[in-house]
Amino acid sequence: MDFDIGADRQMLSDSLRRLIAERYRPGLHSSPAYSGPDYSLGIWRELASLGAVAALFPESFGGLGGDGADIAVVFEELGRGLVMEPFLPALVAGQTFALAGSHTDLIRSTVEGMTLPTFAYYEPNGRYLLSEVSARAVHTANGWRITGSKAVVPYLSSASHILVSARTAGASGDSSGVTLFLVAPDADGLSRRHYALVDGGRAGELALDGTPGALIGPEAAALPMIEQAVASGVVALCWEAVGVMEHLKAATIEHLRTRNQFGGPIGRFQALRHRLVTLAIEIEQARSAAILGAAALEGPPEERERTVSAAKLTIGRVGTLIAEESIQMHGGMGMVWELPVSHYAKRLIMIGHELGDEDYHLVRYIELRSGFAA
Amino acid sequence: MKLRFTDAEEAFRKEVQSWLREKLPKRLSEAVRCGKHLTKEDLEEWHRILNQRGWLAAHWPVEWGGTGWGVIEQFIFDMESALAGAPRIVPFGVNMLAPVLIKYGSEAQRRFWLPRILDGSDWWCQGFSEPGAGSDLASLKCVAERHGDEYIVNGQKTWTTLGHFANRIFCLVRTDPSAKKQQGISFLLIDLATPGVEMRPIVLLDGRHEVNEVFFTNVRVPAGNLVGEENKGWTYAKYLLTYERTNIAGVGEAMAALAWLRRVAGSVVVTGQPLTRDPYFAARLALVEIALENMKITNLRALAASGEGGGSAASSMLKIKGTEIRQEIASLARRALGPYAQPFMPEALEQDFHGVLPGPRDAGALAVQYFNLRKLSIFGGSNEIQREIVAKSLLED
Repeated sequence: MDFDIGADRQMLSDSLRRLIAERYRPGLHSSPAYSGPDYSLGIWRELASLGAVAALFPESFGGLGGDGADIAVVFEELGRGLVMEPFLPALVAGQTFALAGSHTDLIRSTVEGMTLPTFAYYEPNGRYLLSEVSARAVHTANGWRITGSKAVVPYLSSASHILVSARTAGASGDSSGVTLFLVAPDADGLSRRHYALVDGGRAGELALDGTPGALIGPEAAALPMIEQAVASGVVALCWEAVGVMEHLKAATIEHLRTRNQFGGPIGRFQALRHRLVTLAIEIEQARSAAILGAAALEGPPEERERTVSAAKLTIGRVGTLIAEESIQMHGGMGMVWELPVSHYAKRLIMIGHELGDEDYHLVRYIELRSGFAA
Repeated sequence: MKLRFTDAEEAFRKEVQSWLREKLPKRLSEAVRCGKHLTKEDLEEWHRILNQRGWLAAHWPVEWGGTGWGVIEQFIFDMESALAGAPRIVPFGVNMLAPVLIKYGSEAQRRFWLPRILDGSDWWCQGFSEPGAGSDLASLKCVAERHGDEYIVNGQKTWTTLGHFANRIFCLVRTDPSAKKQQGISFLLIDLATPGVEMRPIVLLDGRHEVNEVFFTNVRVPAGNLVGEENKGWTYAKYLLTYERTNIAGVGEAMAALAWLRRVAGSVVVTGQPLTRDPYFAARLALVEIALENMKITNLRALAASGEGGGSAASSMLKIKGTEIRQEIASLARRALGPYAQPFMPEALEQDFHGVLPGPRDAGALAVQYFNLRKLSIFGGSNEIQREIVAKSLLED
């Protein structure tokens, strides 16, 4: 057993932590505006020039890593600093291109922070199911034309490229018949409705009406590829959550030490002390789950999917506990917009709603565990 | 980052597995799996087999008969033993007294007592808790007064696990009543055959005689049986309680219990489906299984971080999580039996019982075991005491 991340990753982790602490001053992410643009291009490019995006991809795509452990190191620091930059869509869309063996140049320019692809995998009535694809693509004399609706697409307004799953065969819910297309943001018949997210991120609804798109990867057989790319996104979210939890734990400890009531620090009250210990224990469990998830990315598909679901389920349960308890133990101070605690707590809860919540992954784990298909 | 054992560790695991296959008597592993009672002779037999291989006191220094294993080897050994259904090593002599003697005892004490622990000449029990000193152990009152080259001991100890199998007891006694709580306590070895010692059974909620209370009335103990210095016993006791905690989470035991639970639940059929397909039961089963997988990694991380069981806060966290998981498995096992959790047939837990139980096969002990295992979060420092240890390290260090 070797839990050491190695010297290179440690260095990246340290420099990321430094840069984020410097550039993400407290207050920046507590801006009440939550209004566009989707992300701050300056910081995104700075983080990219540090190698934070490159770490998510193998060398053959201009990257520096691409293993589960690389994803772990980057996203834990993003979580610790509550960084709201588009790492997740870059990772999931980029990985999908890599798996499809397509658009290598797009991955390279993403690694450099010059382009930003996003991935429209969900639909309004599909919840977290990647096979619930009703959008249809038909082949015409002028190429592929796509019609349908995609839901809660991350960083939709600023994405330079939009990857869309659409059906070329079968019915919504079928595991075969799903195909990937690349769509330009300004393509014909494409309309977008942007909105802010509870945690300060941004996303949007995408409507396609006979919109032209370029085929990516195999026709009608893209689902395994999507699942694999999404699995790395799930692991990334797990590690981001671990970083958020570590921040909330430290903040809560600090509060219990320094907040005086009844003539002394509230950290001397057993009701709070014992609950703090529960948080600490469960965060260790969450980190262990994230480690298992990261290691499983390199394993066989069935084991990977089961382990990644176990990890996200653990993160979802523990995340809710940490978010709620951190607010509670901060008392009124946990409720205010002005302090970072509430924003970290919101992010933690919203991570639960990205790429599958605890209920979805519990059911999925049980199905995969007992050997019948997800 | 690699979540695999090294080649050397993997080879060691194979060696342990094949040795267990060969040497662990089937009678014992079957009894352990079914939650049946082990007799004193069963436990002694397993100690003897381990001792022949040199694995009884694996963590002792090599010169006293230990193996020189690192913490990962120890973890693997404990896990594989539990998975194979081996009885737990009775900890009082091997894991509790011996480390204290090795660190604080005299040369003569080590030479005399350690071989007797290994060869089974002595069965030790622990005399720490008292009726008025449970979680607040330092408030103990049992007194030892020095008279010439003897101590005269008066007082009472309680919760003495398997004391009725033991011939000796190591005790915390008060030697300086005027000193403050933790000071004035000494660590004394007492022969249970000494006049004035009386052991009485305490029957637990599952109807079993597992623990005892021990009364001392003017018991004369040779002064040479004092371990270390007089009035320093609290230091030794604390050392004893934090020593060798690589297996404090009980990962192997929980894995074995979970496998057993899956088997039982799979054999219970409800409206044509095994219970493992019932959505709510399946969910709880999955949750505990995932928590256990996570805890295994948490445990290995603690070992990797410190090389010594992970320090006292990490050990306490593992004790809390480990007992919660083990108790949840026991709780699910009880639920799996449905109405057949109710029959109380203690005779079925004896190894010579070959009758047929009402309800699911081989499952008769599960409900009673659920009650017995409530002890896990109480003994060895209750989980609330463990929480205080962790809270201190988080808030005050």
